[in-house]
Amino acid sequence: MSTIFFLILFPFVVALALLVLKTDAARDIIVKVASIVIAAASIYLTVQYFSSGGKYFEFESETISYLMMGIEVCLAIMIFYLGIKYKKYLASVLAAIQTPIMIWFELSIGHHIHIANNLYVDRLSIVMVLIIGIIGTLICWYSIGYMKDFQHHHHGEADRRPWFFFLMFLFLAAMFGIVVSNNLVWLYFFWEITTLCSFFLIGYTKTKEAINNSFKALIMNLFGGLGFVLAIVVLGKFYGTLELNQMLAMGMMGVSVVLPTALLAFAGITKAAQMPFNSWLLGAMVAPTPTSALLHSSTMVKAGVFLVVKLSPVLGWNIAGIMVMLVGGITFLMASFAAISQSNAKRVLAYSTVANLGLIVACGGIGTYAAVWAAIMLIIFHAVTKSLLFLCVGTAEHNIGSRDIEDMDGLFGRMPKLATFMIVGISGMFLAPLGMLISKWAAMKAFIDSGNVLLVMMIVFGSAATLFYWTKWLGKMVAIMAKRENIQQNVHKEEWLVLTSLTVLTVVICLVFPVMSSFLVVPYLETIYQSVAALALSSGNMYIMSAMLALVVLLPLLFYGKTNKRIVPIYMAGANLGDDLTFRNSMQQPTSVSLRNWYMEDYFAEKRMNIIGVIATVVVLVAAFSILLGGVL
Amino acid sequence: MNLATSIIGIAAYLILAPLAGGLLAGIDRKISARMQGRFGPPVLQPFYDFFKLLEKEPITVNKVQDFYVMCFLIFIVITGCFFFAGGDLLLIIFTLTLASIFLVVAAFSSNSPYAQIGAERELLQMMAYEPMVLIMAVGFYLVNGSFNISDIVTSPVMAIQYLPGIFLGFVFILTIKLRKSPFDLSMSHHAHQELVKGLTTEFSGKTMAVIEIAHWYENIFLLGFVYLFFANALAWSPVLAVVVCLATYFLEILIDNNYARMKWQIAINASWIVAITLGFVNLLILYFIS
Repeated sequence: MSTIFFLILFPFVVALALLVLKTDAARDIIVKVASIVIAAASIYLTVQYFSSGGKYFEFESETISYLMMGIEVCLAIMIFYLGIKYKKYLASVLAAIQTPIMIWFELSIGHHIHIANNLYVDRLSIVMVLIIGIIGTLICWYSIGYMKDFQHHHHGEADRRPWFFFLMFLFLAAMFGIVVSNNLVWLYFFWEITTLCSFFLIGYTKTKEAINNSFKALIMNLFGGLGFVLAIVVLGKFYGTLELNQMLAMGMMGVSVVLPTALLAFAGITKAAQMPFNSWLLGAMVAPTPTSALLHSSTMVKAGVFLVVKLSPVLGWNIAGIMVMLVGGITFLMASFAAISQSNAKRVLAYSTVANLGLIVACGGIGTYAAVWAAIMLIIFHAVTKSLLFLCVGTAEHNIGSRDIEDMDGLFGRMPKLATFMIVGISGMFLAPLGMLISKWAAMKAFIDSGNVLLVMMIVFGSAATLFYWTKWLGKMVAIMAKRENIQQNVHKEEWLVLTSLTVLTVVICLVFPVMSSFLVVPYLETIYQSVAALALSSGNMYIMSAMLALVVLLPLLFYGKTNKRIVPIYMAGANLGDDLTFRNSMQQPTSVSLRNWYMEDYFAEKRMNIIGVIATVVVLVAAFSILLGGVL
Repeated sequence: MNLATSIIGIAAYLILAPLAGGLLAGIDRKISARMQGRFGPPVLQPFYDFFKLLEKEPITVNKVQDFYVMCFLIFIVITGCFFFAGGDLLLIIFTLTLASIFLVVAAFSSNSPYAQIGAERELLQMMAYEPMVLIMAVGFYLVNGSFNISDIVTSPVMAIQYLPGIFLGFVFILTIKLRKSPFDLSMSHHAHQELVKGLTTEFSGKTMAVIEIAHWYENIFLLGFVYLFFANALAWSPVLAVVVCLATYFLEILIDNNYARMKWQIAINASWIVAITLGFVNLLILYFIS
């Protein structure tokens, strides 16, 4: 248990130190040492609890509860004040509703409920701890170099880096808290901390756009927080418990816990940026890139899907489950479509994140053994691959001055190493035999078995769109343009280290995923589901995938870029002037060529996709809660 | 299906598929010529063309595209091997996608205007047919309770009885997959190509020969999908299935010769509408009766 406390408190202490120490040298060292320590502690925790199927800790402390309550009140007052200062009154209103309810509840009812186990570790927690502890710290490490460049690009503005690194490490601490809390009140506390961290990180640059978007994120997540508070109240008042495992056990024994489940799932949906709340994650793109990487890959949104996956045993074919399935499915489909129309690399990544989270949420909603397997695999693969892609785009942006995919023309000539990493990342998102495709395959099978034919159609069409938007980006990356100057020597060595590690990790986890499945994911599922059905992917297919991956890695190493053929210029509409970029037209004038991707605005205009998705999901949510409340009243 | 039959299936595919595929292409050209009132080339012309391509001067536009094209061939062959070893339908579809992406990437890598437009169109075509292909796999799974081809061909039921809508939908998108008019948007053998040779503009000589042979390998297992709708445990069903395959291919030739190329909008609209109507409705009924 001391390791758990260490994982929560140590990043917090580091965060405070980074807030106080303002020199570059001190920050570099602290971030590096702390990252190594946190990653090592996560691995130590894994070793420590790996053999135990799941461990609950009897641990009680009034002081901690009161401390948390005190901090919550302070934070609520701060939100209230900021909301009024920036004229975002809705944020103030939400804070003024949520926290008093929570305090009232804790003092009147919550106080009398005995909590046996505040903390726990099971294999799902271990998976999350490893993701947060390794991917999260890699992103912090990357930020060292990135934020120097960032400050350089924004010179003249106040240096707020101590604040930035404070938030990054505080975020990690809160995330560790979320994945090991069994007491819902504690979970809620950490949940709200992540909301606030992301609020401040999104508003980091303090431009008008950043402030607006940060409040958008705050308000949407406060809505989710309100759902969380209501779930706690309902659970405490009608079920007499505040422990997550108790609630799940009740649900699995046949007691109907649909209302609190739906409320908690609603909180998960807002945090996982599902439609109709997806716009906060898109808005978060104004923040420095490591923030986006952290929010998208290992923290924030992963907290949302973690909660949904945690709830999956009590989802399935009930109102809460159907609500979650449909919201996830619709989000997957519409976000995949919307990604086609985007040329800004970060927005493509954001829509892809929203879509993949939709898939995870839908799997959680189905709640069968195979579906949850797919969901956990998606969480793992997505965390690694998406952080790689974000950080690649961040590095590209600082070196070519744009995050537009159209400006990445010929990146292979200018930054060959970075382009290769990006190719690995993009392929990892949608191609066999890499991770995301493997999990999507399992998800598809789970969808089919669930008997929900609408979901099947959503994944089928969404996958087709996914293929389109990733490959057209991939095409830009692989294009060979003659005579490009190599500019990649300007990249910080911290960035290379992190990018290389993530690229290797992307490939390695695909190679070892059958092992991960049988030692980590399957044992977790066995503790929850009595009847262990066959896995979505037979072990034969898993090994075929690993063999294919070996082939895909080996082929380029052996044969890539080797030719003894004569190299000739490409064909153009007139005589090629020799540089493959200009030709002589019929009027004898040189004409230059520029190539652009397809965006299919007539089909997949971002706004239209969002409107359809938001309306559809709002209808689902309203219908589900009307039915549930109708049943109660 | 046990290991021995799997190995025999793979070996037969590796040796016979290019011969059958080339022959099919030759017959295709002969029939097309007759439909157009011409005499047409000899049936073995595709093989002559293939060997001629091998003797062309070795040139390329960059150092990497040959690698991608080679990967295209390798993964097309692997897809076919999975198919004839009785493997998993979804595995086959995903491997086929990987192979197709290699071809698209090869075209993109040249950074040539015509090849790139061809590549984007190829992607569009993939987006158009992918849903129907996946729906087909779902249909087989719902009928047989398995994605494995070895289970499908030894099943007591004939899939077509339950999957008539999906069959028609698949034949529809097969026109795209076989690169037949009106949906031969990204590349074609015919002269009506406004994009020069589209996707394959920058390929020549041996590289072009590799693409040809890959297409022969591909066409065989594409017809294999048609075969699956009819083949089952009954002794005479394989005969029926082969006849239907040939009839389907003839139908595709007929369509090819009767339609001018259509706009890409029509290709995607039509394919998705077909997938939603024929595919989705068929699936709904399957879920309903099961």
